[in-house]
Amino acid sequence: MSWIDFEIQALAIVVAVSCALPGAFLVLRRMALMSDAISHSILLGIVLAFFVVEDITHPLLILAAAATGVLTVALVEALHRTRKVKEDAAIALVFPALFSVAVILISRYAGSVHLDLDAVLLGEIAFAPFRRLELWGMDLGPRGLWMMGAILLLNLLAIVVFYKELKLSTFDAGLAAALGFSPALVHYAFMTLVSVTAVGAFDSVGSILVVALMIAPPAAAYLLTDRLPLLLVLSGALGAVSAVSGFWLARGIDASIAGSMAAMAGVTFLLALLFAPDRGVVAGVRRRARQRLEFAGVMLAIHVLNHEGGPRARAENRVEHLQEHLRWSPDFARKVVRHAQREGLIASGSGGELHLTALGREHARHRMLH
Amino acid sequence: MTETAIEVNDLTVAYHERPVLWDVDLRVRPGALTAIVGPNGAGKTTLIKAILGLVSPAAGQIRVLGRSYREARSEVAYVPQRGSVDWDFPTSVLDVVLMGTYGSLGWIRRPGKREESRAREALEKVGMEAFAHRQISQLSGGQQQRVFLARALVQDARVYLMDEPFQGVDARTERAIVDVLRELRERGDTVVAVHHALQTVPEYFDDAVILNVRRIASGPVGEVFTEENLRVAYGGRVPFLQGVAGGASAARDSPPPPESPVDRRARPEAT
Ligand SMILES: Nc1ncnc2c1ncn2[C@@H]1O[C@H](COP(=O)(O)OP(=O)(O)O)[C@@H](O)[C@H]1O
Ligand SMILES: [Mg+2]
Repeated sequence: MSWIDFEIQALAIVVAVSCALPGAFLVLRRMALMSDAISHSILLGIVLAFFVVEDITHPLLILAAAATGVLTVALVEALHRTRKVKEDAAIALVFPALFSVAVILISRYAGSVHLDLDAVLLGEIAFAPFRRLELWGMDLGPRGLWMMGAILLLNLLAIVVFYKELKLSTFDAGLAAALGFSPALVHYAFMTLVSVTAVGAFDSVGSILVVALMIAPPAAAYLLTDRLPLLLVLSGALGAVSAVSGFWLARGIDASIAGSMAAMAGVTFLLALLFAPDRGVVAGVRRRARQRLEFAGVMLAIHVLNHEGGPRARAENRVEHLQEHLRWSPDFARKVVRHAQREGLIASGSGGELHLTALGREHARHRMLH
Repeated sequence: MTETAIEVNDLTVAYHERPVLWDVDLRVRPGALTAIVGPNGAGKTTLIKAILGLVSPAAGQIRVLGRSYREARSEVAYVPQRGSVDWDFPTSVLDVVLMGTYGSLGWIRRPGKREESRAREALEKVGMEAFAHRQISQLSGGQQQRVFLARALVQDARVYLMDEPFQGVDARTERAIVDVLRELRERGDTVVAVHHALQTVPEYFDDAVILNVRRIASGPVGEVFTEENLRVAYGGRVPFLQGVAGGASAARDSPPPPESPVDRRARPEAT
């Protein structure tokens, strides 16, 4: 692995973790779509600020972009408050408006402006190592890594220091307000943080993929834990995993690094969705299969109980007859009988007929009454 | 002690130019249990939110313990409607109860050992100490309600505002909550609770506010809980009216009426 590869991956990790942390709160606040809106509309701030300072690395760009991000949130909320449109429609109306102005400006002044539309949309993390930060003739590493590192630090600091306020206003904004923690203030401060993060990340991975890195890792983490601190740590970790695996995927198939990172974030989520211990799809299928088997076991016990001692008991209470009477497939019938035997509800006699154990009788009676 | 715990004068609240509270005047007696009753959409939640400064009134004045809400804030506890939060939020019972201590901590400071022991005490009072580390999504409706009550108790307030604290609870939880409310009253605290089951108002509460956009009546249950007032509030179709209105004062002195077993069993709950 070359030094450049190393630098790219370091930046990718820092970008992914920076995105995942505020992303976790976006998911919990049910504002995932807002990340999409912000990551697009900040482009307008960047373009306008660029016209003023004519330097793509100027810090004013970040400030202007963050301001447009917050403006987006405010406009969406104002539009929603008119009650003429729903919130998702408000989001879909506001950000394309701001984004389109930015795209028009870039394309119109493309000649004189060194802002490349492709780079804006998809980022250029591969070139990040070539833009160095030099101080007094010393090479301090990629400029992007410094900027994103600072943003990561800011995110960490904000979340650690205001953890309690963020948590309260996310869980119960009403109580937060009643206790004197202005949830509106927390909301806008948090959205500023999201905007600043989006600006920084956008330089590396472009405006479209910021969303994937903000939402997919926390959404996966949400399936894996029900403790907030762990959710934050897992979000960051899954983001980092997506970044590194995405980098190597891109290397392997010679494709866009940013695109591969976002794809891996999606794959991470998919894996969590399928295999999460409690809330995963597979766990759910297993649970339902077990419940079905358990229920069938009780049904079997009730069936045997009903025919017990009757004239046709020997004929009815056989595995082969269950198929007919309980409409079970032969396979399933055998499975249920085995399950019921394992649970000690049923025993089979010498002639293959089934009879209830004391426990089985008790269960069957109990379930019939309730 | 102040003459009134909560004083509301000419309160009007409108959402999008539609008044949901219209010129409401109200005095809440300190040291009493007061029920707010009225049909759905009557503005009960809005009234509580207005007292807490969560919605801004179009007109009117509100004093809590003789001061503005901001000044009285540290002495007011709030139990929101259970459905107003996301119970899938990744947090534990103890953590939710600890939120009640946030007000006294102020910005940035985190709850410590002292707050934690207070939270555990509050959980004990509502019989939920065994659930401290339980994930909140695993709670039944009644348990959620008790957690919210515990969260209000840690605030150690003098005025408690509760929005439907009995909503979706089983008989046992209802008793437990009533016991806690009575304990608060014994300490001289004031409780105002939105309450839906009219038949239990005379048994549980001292005073009642009957509300439907306007304040229809307020005062001691025995005086205001009349068939006529309830008819005005509920528009003629009063649920459980028989044996409640009119007989209110009698019901307060006699032992509580037998609880309807059908009604109770309809809401089973594992605790
Ligand atoms: N945020 C809101 N925006 C618009 N209308 C609202 C809002 N909250 C409540 N309302 C309306 O105000 C009226 C009173 O609501 P609420 O105070 O919740 O009644 P209650 O608690 O007595 O059922 C209802 O008609 C409700 O639809
Ligand atoms: Mg209500």
